[in-house]
Amino acid sequence: MSDAVISSVPQGMPAVELEPRLRTIVSHADDNLILAQRLGEWISNAPDLEIDIALGNIALDHLGVARALYTHAGRVEDEGRTEDDFAMRRTEREFLNLLLVEQPNVDFAHTIVRQFFFDVYQGLLWDDLMDSDDETLAGVAARARKEAAYHYEFSSSWMVRLGDGTEESHARAQRGVDSLWRYTAELSAPYPHAWQRRVEGVFGQSGLRPAEDPYQRSGGREGFHTEHLGALLAEMQWMDRTYPGLRW
Amino acid sequence: MPVATDLRSVVSSVVDPEIPVLTIADLGILRSVALDGDHVVVTITPTYSGCPAMRQIEDDIADALRREGVESFEVRVTHNPSWTTDWISDEGHRKLADFGIAPPTDMSEVLCPRCQADHPKMIARFGSTACKALMVCSSCREPFDYFKRF
Repeated sequence: MSDAVISSVPQGMPAVELEPRLRTIVSHADDNLILAQRLGEWISNAPDLEIDIALGNIALDHLGVARALYTHAGRVEDEGRTEDDFAMRRTEREFLNLLLVEQPNVDFAHTIVRQFFFDVYQGLLWDDLMDSDDETLAGVAARARKEAAYHYEFSSSWMVRLGDGTEESHARAQRGVDSLWRYTAELSAPYPHAWQRRVEGVFGQSGLRPAEDPYQRSGGREGFHTEHLGALLAEMQWMDRTYPGLRW
Repeated sequence: MPVATDLRSVVSSVVDPEIPVLTIADLGILRSVALDGDHVVVTITPTYSGCPAMRQIEDDIADALRREGVESFEVRVTHNPSWTTDWISDEGHRKLADFGIAPPTDMSEVLCPRCQADHPKMIARFGSTACKALMVCSSCREPFDYFKRF
């Protein structure tokens, strides 16, 4: 028994073993699925109808990217896993999404900050993956890149409106930045300079600033999550786990 | 025995469930219809990642083929090259405008589909579906959908 516990992975939790190419595809699919789920929680609860529709549409884009990538991952893996197997039948430790996207909704400003940080990252990511040797991944990236530009227009213009708006909206946007900043090192790691430059540009226009607390947390890409992902999955996967194989 | 060209016209007549004046051929979604013996392979490219109509379109293609007595077929989805609004045909542009939706073009060239006035105002970047923005005409004051260039 003593041999079994010599591992960096907590006992009882399987490590995620995916070959690197598959791991990349699943990581990006997971980011998009989890963020779609968070954005979907806004439907019927947004500050006004246009924002409700916008957040719902952005969620649908992310969900569509996730579905295309899971289906592709299933083909690459070639073990018969479907998009639903990836989305609905994996545990928390098997999800490889960034910690930022699983953070629960607080208020509209917090959601905009989360979306903005992610949109800047995805803009850079899709630019990069468009030239991937993996043709399907490149095709998904070429389309997602144009969608990410629409999302960025929405989130960055709201960053400016909130940050440079009323005392209340500014305070809420800054609180969003302060609470989410700790998840940005993990997010910006592949493109640290470009990410920072773009974020600083919008901070400059909106009167917002990085959090004073430099603490950073990471682990999402290795399957170590904040306490919020488990609860999100419990809700999202409930139907499929309760009624296995259910179809509509 | 089905013939590929006939089947192409059958599949081409499937319409977009959200914009029923447009066929999937007008939209540029339909990439190919090929015959492999008796087996029909239809290849389509999804529009927006989040377009909920894609599943419906796959089902409608299947129904159209079954009505023609085709039993052995598959609908393949390809992501590369990725779809762009440039694939919407001229006929598609005309049908969209007639239907009251401003077809995709540069924002500076969007015309009100009702009175042809230029420089409408954007009300919401995300409209009734993912592919459309909500506009209002600066002349006749009527709101209308604009199919976003993509």
